[in-house]
Amino acid sequence: MMGSENDDESHLHSSKEDMENLFLREDGDPLTRSHVNGDKSNSNYRSAMSTLSDSRHPSIVVTPADSDPLFAPPSYYRESRSPRSKPNGGDRGSSYLEPPSYADVIFSPFDDISEINGSEDGGSRHSQSSDSLSRSPSSLSSDYIKITVSNPQKEQEATNSMIPGGSTYITYQITTRTNLSEYGGSEFSVRRRFRDIVTLADRLAESYRGFCIPPRPDKSVVESQVMQKQEFVEQRRVALEKYLRRLVAHPVIRNSDELKVFLQAQGKLPLATSTDVASRMLDGAVKLPKQLFGEGGGASSVEVVQPARGGRDFLRLFKELRQSVSNDWGGSKPPVVEEDKEFLEKKEKMYDLEQQIINASQQAESLVKAQQDMGETMGEMGLAFIKLTKFENEEAVFNSQRARANDMKNFATSAVKASRFYRELNSQTVKHLDTLHDYLGLMMAVQGAFADRSSALLTVQTLLSELSSLGARAEKLEAASSKVFGGDKSRIKKIEELKETIKVTEDSKNVAIREYEQIKENNWCEVERLDRERRADFLNMMKGFVVNQVGYAEKIANVWTKVAEETSQYGRESS
Amino acid sequence: MESTTEQPRNISGSMQSPRSPSSQPYLSVSVTDPVKLGNGVQAYISYRVITKTNLPEYQGPEKIVIRRYSDFVWLRDRLFEKYKGIFIPPLPEKSAVEKFRFSAEFIEMRRAALDIFVNRIALHPELQQSEDLRTFLQADEETMDRFRFQETGIFKKPADLMQMFRDVQSKVSDAVLGKEKPVEETTADYEKLKHYIFELENHLAEAQKHAYRLVKRHRELGQSLLDFGKAIKLLGACEGEPTGKAFSDLGTKSELLSIKLQKEAQQVLMNFEEPLKDYVRYVQSIKATIAERGTAFKQHCELAETTKLKEINLDKLMLTRSDKVGEAEIEYREIKAESEEATRRFERIVKRMEEEIVRFQEQKTEEMGVAFHQFAKGQARLANSVADAWRSLLPKLEASAAV
Repeated sequence: MMGSENDDESHLHSSKEDMENLFLREDGDPLTRSHVNGDKSNSNYRSAMSTLSDSRHPSIVVTPADSDPLFAPPSYYRESRSPRSKPNGGDRGSSYLEPPSYADVIFSPFDDISEINGSEDGGSRHSQSSDSLSRSPSSLSSDYIKITVSNPQKEQEATNSMIPGGSTYITYQITTRTNLSEYGGSEFSVRRRFRDIVTLADRLAESYRGFCIPPRPDKSVVESQVMQKQEFVEQRRVALEKYLRRLVAHPVIRNSDELKVFLQAQGKLPLATSTDVASRMLDGAVKLPKQLFGEGGGASSVEVVQPARGGRDFLRLFKELRQSVSNDWGGSKPPVVEEDKEFLEKKEKMYDLEQQIINASQQAESLVKAQQDMGETMGEMGLAFIKLTKFENEEAVFNSQRARANDMKNFATSAVKASRFYRELNSQTVKHLDTLHDYLGLMMAVQGAFADRSSALLTVQTLLSELSSLGARAEKLEAASSKVFGGDKSRIKKIEELKETIKVTEDSKNVAIREYEQIKENNWCEVERLDRERRADFLNMMKGFVVNQVGYAEKIANVWTKVAEETSQYGRESS
Repeated sequence: MESTTEQPRNISGSMQSPRSPSSQPYLSVSVTDPVKLGNGVQAYISYRVITKTNLPEYQGPEKIVIRRYSDFVWLRDRLFEKYKGIFIPPLPEKSAVEKFRFSAEFIEMRRAALDIFVNRIALHPELQQSEDLRTFLQADEETMDRFRFQETGIFKKPADLMQMFRDVQSKVSDAVLGKEKPVEETTADYEKLKHYIFELENHLAEAQKHAYRLVKRHRELGQSLLDFGKAIKLLGACEGEPTGKAFSDLGTKSELLSIKLQKEAQQVLMNFEEPLKDYVRYVQSIKATIAERGTAFKQHCELAETTKLKEINLDKLMLTRSDKVGEAEIEYREIKAESEEATRRFERIVKRMEEEIVRFQEQKTEEMGVAFHQFAKGQARLANSVADAWRSLLPKLEASAAV
């Protein structure tokens, strides 16, 4: 129920698509005014905007983010109200401004708003946007990039072994349509398998520490039989598409080399897989024994820029673990503490927020199910009455039966109509409330960003304490050495080596601190951006949800009002 | 046993518009004030039955008695016995589920159904003259208890024993006469009617099933709106402005609508699903009448056969100038009288059913019309509240979004 509908694709060919399209801003562009410039791709939007300016309902503002025919030409608004009479009269003459009726609006399913690559990065201060949501289209430049994942195919693993029939896997066609100049072309496709996505995600995680990187789809621990099943493949295809679209929606990650390579490079994905990285680092393997014995070499500054990982970073992991334990027990006070109260508060808040989003998204699912059930049962009841109608008509002996059959028919067809409306309402509701689900993923991304910060801090702390212990050792050695008359050759040599190590470690420490600061900066920007986007997205979601409910409630009310009128000769007794 | 066929008076009851001047005969009944009496397993509900009338057969203009469900059952059974051919109004079911038996909803539904039951009787041209009705409406509780106990007691009344005997007798004569198939009417119209009634029950039962489910759906939607509203409010508390306020408003509206949905669920139950159930019960009552007619027809046929046989026998005896003629003649006359009585009974049933069917169809068209009307009104009202509630949020949402 919460998945995207596959018939979305068929709606892409309407002119709506232009309106829905992604008006991305490139980084660094000055903020374009919210009023439209002369871009061809904006023509539809512009016409919608201009007609709207003479709308009589200035309180309703259009933003292309939700600019499906919902709000387009004001001819959709009816001036006379639906049959339901209001006590203070619905005349045009009255000073009471009738709210617009949404019953006549044609609700059509629109492409997932959340997947539209509208962008907003830092610095979007609109002077005067009557244009509500900062989300959308002040970014009216003509850049766009759209990703589609399709065409899953089974392929054979090429094996060098003599054993016939290697394992199979699924590849997906990833099509990019864009007019960005960094990509050499406007439309291109590559074939990738899920493993490639994992690689992409891992490389991005390394390169963009501190950023809120959208989480990739889960690896599924299922049997290979299930992997082949169409349902599973389809689910995965949808998930991949969502993931890639989110990536290109991110203002920074969109420009990453890793992503570009992923989307464009034909054939095998030219990104280092995680196992490759491990083996690459092992060419420092010659240092390994020394590291294992805790002497010589310090952590190289290259390595320091990455969090410690299993396998090659064995020693570093151990040290950092020791440090974090010491931190936890408050053994020795770490020289650099997470003093940033603001950060800690923010972290708390984010955690709370996440819990509430989880809760809300669960209740949203229940709501959707309840609406669905209502529609279904209403329809089934309608059908049962239609059968009854047919029966009475066939067997009618008396006129009273024919009259009753007639009443029943009106009733039944109305019930079926109402049922249809409930179901349409629901499919729209799903799309709106999906925003909640989307944000669950994004909250995970925030956690990842915060985790990057913590691990970078831990690295700094570890290095600092290592420095201090190295320094202490040097002092001891020097003290001991000075006691020996004429110099202690072996000790002096050791002191020199130690000083070398200290220097290297000092450098690493500085790098680590820089890294940590950078990550803090990234964190802050990302969280700001996320808060802003979330605010806009949630408001959009609410608006969409509410407008939807109003529109369909009006339609359903009309249906039943008609039936009530047609049966008004019955029931002289008041309810 | 049965009252002679009088010209039915045009008595108005409480179900019609109360415009009757006091000179016109009227009989109006209401069943009210359910009260739980007794303890534990023996607990039951009692109702106040108020009768207002100006008919001379009744003891005065107003009478109030206390009755319980089994008293209503007694009345129905008596009427069924005595007024064969008439579709006796149905009673609401005895509830099997213990827990539900004393819920406010169930009690109210039952009270309403019992009220309708008595009033239908009071409005029926023949049934309204029943002595049993008068007993039911006027007797004090002790008398009523006695009557009721008689009916449900282990010892059957003599009349019942006679009936059982006759059934055995007719089975025997079947065997004697070499008939194995039961005797049934085979007129085309009656066949059509029977087929109609049996099919109708199936269709109605299905419609009623869905109507009941629809009530549940209303409740479920109400509940989910409540939960959703709460969750959204909590989410709003986490967010700063303006999202926070917007969420909070949304949540409040959602909770409000949840209440409306629960109310509508109750309305649909009382004003739509219950009439449908009543319709089903009515059809079942008609089936019982059809069964009665079948029995009556069989008796009429068999007694006619037996009479013929006796006649033949008598003629034979008369020809042979046997001294058994006298005896035979008496037997013949008795059987003939019984046979004519059985035929009369059967024909009365047929005639009544013809009238009843017309009444039934008209009544049901009216009642279903009302039910449809109530349902549609309720749904329209609900949908309009929903639209209004959500619509009221829009200006604020717009304002928040513009910030």
